[in-house]
Amino acid sequence: MGLEVISDIRTDYVYNLLESGKRIDGRGFHDYREISVERDIVNKAEGSALVKIGDTAVLVGVKLEPGVPFPDTPDRGILMTNAELRPGASPDFEIGPPNEDSIELARIVDRGIRESETIDLEKLCIEEGEKVWMIFIDIHALDNDGNLIDAAALGAIASLSNIRIPNERYGLVLEETEEDTLSIRDTPVAVTLVEVEGNLLVDPNLYEENAAACRLTVSSNADGTLSGIQKSGSGGLKKEQISEMVEIGIEKAGEIREKFL
Amino acid sequence: MKKEKIELIKDGKRLDGRGFEELREIKIEIDVLKRADGSCYFELGNNKALAAVYGPREIHPRHLQNEKTAVVVYNYNMAPFSATDRKRPGPDRRSVEISKASRCALDPVILKEYYPKTTINVYVELLQSDAGTRTAAINAASIALAAAGIPMRDLVSSIAVGKIDGEVVLDLNAVEDNHGEADMPVAMIARTNTITMLQMDGRFTKDEFEVGMKLAEKACHEIYELQRAALIAKYSESVNANVNVNVNTGRGEE
Repeated sequence: MGLEVISDIRTDYVYNLLESGKRIDGRGFHDYREISVERDIVNKAEGSALVKIGDTAVLVGVKLEPGVPFPDTPDRGILMTNAELRPGASPDFEIGPPNEDSIELARIVDRGIRESETIDLEKLCIEEGEKVWMIFIDIHALDNDGNLIDAAALGAIASLSNIRIPNERYGLVLEETEEDTLSIRDTPVAVTLVEVEGNLLVDPNLYEENAAACRLTVSSNADGTLSGIQKSGSGGLKKEQISEMVEIGIEKAGEIREKFL
Repeated sequence: MKKEKIELIKDGKRLDGRGFEELREIKIEIDVLKRADGSCYFELGNNKALAAVYGPREIHPRHLQNEKTAVVVYNYNMAPFSATDRKRPGPDRRSVEISKASRCALDPVILKEYYPKTTINVYVELLQSDAGTRTAAINAASIALAAAGIPMRDLVSSIAVGKIDGEVVLDLNAVEDNHGEADMPVAMIARTNTITMLQMDGRFTKDEFEVGMKLAEKACHEIYELQRAALIAKYSESVNANVNVNVNTGRGEE
């Protein structure tokens, strides 16, 4: 009860400030908080990145293991994305099996990566129908001050951009023509906006996220094409608002790509 | 079995004979279940969705209750025999995500503030699937909510658009979805043009996205009229109880 009241007061505060054209932390409506990307900080992982957006921190690790391909794609590697919202990252997170929020987070990140076709899954085939590389992208939320999605998506593509395939560990011998690094063909970036009382805000912090009726994540690629969109939240959006959000999303993705990827 | 390239558009027509902006056949039946407070059977081409609604009713466990509003629970469930490959029974990651997105699609129209501390449950079974299941499910659920007498601001209508052979088209079937380049399910409150669900995967340019949104908007208006007509037909004849109403667009019958 007490917490609910405090949350209501904060939401009112977000609303009131927005009425005078201000965000709770003084940012412009289309500004990100400070972003940092630190690569290869876990030496047991084939790739990793710690992404911070303001006080939000997400660690993404990528592991590669040989496995059996899916029957309908015998000549393709497998991409799996999972997210853990650990209790240390927020008093609202609980231990337990993945819930709808962590599943949604993982699937948004997964779609951005998968649909951009940044990874050539056909190159990850070791022996057709028998053995392929499985890429596991694991998202570990460390601190949630809002917008885990963008931090996770950026962490995922940053982790993937410098991966050495662990052939020796699994006793696989490379032919001379083969490369042992994973090449990426694109750099999908997710940009999340929320709608609060008619205002469109990029990179919502936790208070803004809680105050918002709607959230929209736009994943876009280096050439400006879209590879994923997801609306969430219990409100509705006008078509014009969505067009604007998509446009801002593509623009902001370009800025992030240039700086960090 | 490898994925083979197949031609999805021949002579300006799709494989099932439809034009680019054409919906599949839609059938609606209301109050088809005895025990549910409201129910609806909805067919979209070869998709068969059955929605059941309970509530407002007591919520268990009690810590889940909200002091101010009803809590809407939406569950999307594919029957094991509904697809080409048997679907393992029970929730999987896909259905959990779809359930969340679909709940968010319906949340904006339900007057939840009328029933604090309660729950409204929507269960949708997909008995047969042919791409577009979540949109058929939302259409069914929206009608079932109305049939259950849940106060709503409006109905929600839903359809997917996608890209096949480089063309933006309406309402993909499974072959088109499997071999297509993009898929974008949309749900909206047709009367106010408010979008309540939007998901996309694949590749769209910004322009293709805009074309897709327009197609979806137009189709949602068509579906809205069918939903409305079905409800009016059902309840204007309420003296004649247990009449099943069939609404048939007469399309897709080549």
